[in-house]
Amino acid sequence: MKTKQKLSPSAWVGAVMVATFIVIGIIGPWIAPYDLAAKTLDLDHKFAAPSAAHWLGTDSNGRDALSQLLFGARRSLVLAGIVVAITSVIGMLLGTIAGWFRGWVEEVVMRFVDMLLAFPGLLMNIAIVATVANPGIGVVILALSANGWVGYARVARGQVLALREREFVTAAVALGASNARVIRRHLLPNLLGPALIQMSFGLGGVILVEAALAFLGLGPQVDFTWGSMLDQARVFLWKGDWVRVYALVPGLAITWVVLGANLLGDGLRDRFDPRNRGRS
Amino acid sequence: MTLGRFLLRRLGSGLLTILGVSVLVFAFLHVVPGDPIDHLAGDNATPGQRQALEKCLGLDKSIPMQFVSFLGHIADGTLGSQCAGGAGDKRTVAGRIAEVFPYTLALALAGMLVAIVLALPLGVIAAVRRGTWIDTLATTVSLSAIAMPQMMFAPLLLFLFFLSLGWFPGPGETGLSALVLPALAVGTHLMAMLARMTRSAMVEVLSEDYVRTARAKGLPEGRVLFVHALRNALLPVITIVGLQFGSMLSGAIVIENVFSRPGLGNTLLQGITERNYPVVQGCVLVIAVIYVVVNILVDLAYGLADPRIRRS
Repeated sequence: MKTKQKLSPSAWVGAVMVATFIVIGIIGPWIAPYDLAAKTLDLDHKFAAPSAAHWLGTDSNGRDALSQLLFGARRSLVLAGIVVAITSVIGMLLGTIAGWFRGWVEEVVMRFVDMLLAFPGLLMNIAIVATVANPGIGVVILALSANGWVGYARVARGQVLALREREFVTAAVALGASNARVIRRHLLPNLLGPALIQMSFGLGGVILVEAALAFLGLGPQVDFTWGSMLDQARVFLWKGDWVRVYALVPGLAITWVVLGANLLGDGLRDRFDPRNRGRS
Repeated sequence: MTLGRFLLRRLGSGLLTILGVSVLVFAFLHVVPGDPIDHLAGDNATPGQRQALEKCLGLDKSIPMQFVSFLGHIADGTLGSQCAGGAGDKRTVAGRIAEVFPYTLALALAGMLVAIVLALPLGVIAAVRRGTWIDTLATTVSLSAIAMPQMMFAPLLLFLFFLSLGWFPGPGETGLSALVLPALAVGTHLMAMLARMTRSAMVEVLSEDYVRTARAKGLPEGRVLFVHALRNALLPVITIVGLQFGSMLSGAIVIENVFSRPGLGNTLLQGITERNYPVVQGCVLVIAVIYVVVNILVDLAYGLADPRIRRS
């Protein structure tokens, strides 16, 4: 980590792709050509093909597809941001505590991790969302966070197990630093790299799962997420000619973000983790 | 550690997982508000019908007692009675699951087959032609396939091969030819992961001394690649295949929905819309058990394939 090494070109491509998503997520609703909040129906123009007025066509209610995409970007960004923040903080803390204190704390945390890993993730999310009749965005965040922290915890514990043997940590302990101080000053700063890698992969994962939930009709009951667009999109493949463009829009947007996040994650891993250098 | 002790240990932790998952699902379904009777009985139900349904679902008992009878239904293998057709409906959840399970199993296995058959050549070619445009192309295809949501890919397959070309049957069919598109859709993600793994494992193995020896003694390249190199590169790939069986089951939920195929995933979703607790619990439990059992089998297979692991 000490040697200055540059990010690979593919990591830069990924970073740019993720950055585009974040920028569009922030300004999306402001630059959208139509205001979807008004909830106006325009049934004369339903299932319209792309045109000057509607660049990507319209949906079954005559609402502009491009605007939906831009509003949906905001939703996805907010949701993914919150879930990544929650899961990374919980996971890194639990992992660090497990790796530092060892003993029964580690046993309990890692048993829990094993339990969640021994279960298909999407099914767990579905099981949680399914318990609520009309899940709001909070329930979806809860469901995605319930098993999302596991990856961070494993990474953090692994790193801490290695760090605790290092001289600067033993020196700090010998000088009488408290556990809290060691964790805060010596362990957590060294976990930022691995956390960043995990967050990058986590971002892609959250967006995919959220879309899957919405697609299955289990998503947050709010307007215009990429997942609910995907759900609508199925109908469009059976429509004529250029109207079908709508069917590709949300899927390609999701692919863009996930691909970018994965490229960035791979690149960061090569950069921070010397063991993976040269492999791909 | 002997094989017996290892197996016992894994079975123990597996059981713990399954128990944990059942408690979690039970707790979630019962703690959260929302009356399942409303949904099952419909709007015009008489109070008597509602009471009968409540009794059928066991909701008239206290929550601890409900958990006990939930465990009891696991023990007797019925998973409870689903009460879907009113209180008189005596069909069990296990019966309903057993009906659809073969479809999901066929889908998952076909998906894995598709993934392996496509991934191995792709990975080997990419490794052998490392650094060329073929390698770049294979990597790009894999990365895109990992990033592309199944919710987009599956309808696209339907559109292309059913609607436009008419090569394969459409949604709602269950014959062998109707398995092709769902298997492709469910296997693509795994295919991409396997191709990448095969590539990196092959790249590593190809620089080993025994590969150089095999080439030096004049073996044909095909034999070097597929017998000497690929066999050794396969170990990490096999592990992933096994571990990803669970992701096949997750994928099946989306794919069965798109293709209107009967199966565990669709039954789970129906259970959710019906707010039918026993059905949801049953599906989740069955998937959890499969997942745990497969993971144990993978560990065992891994030990058998690699003597170094067996000894430690």
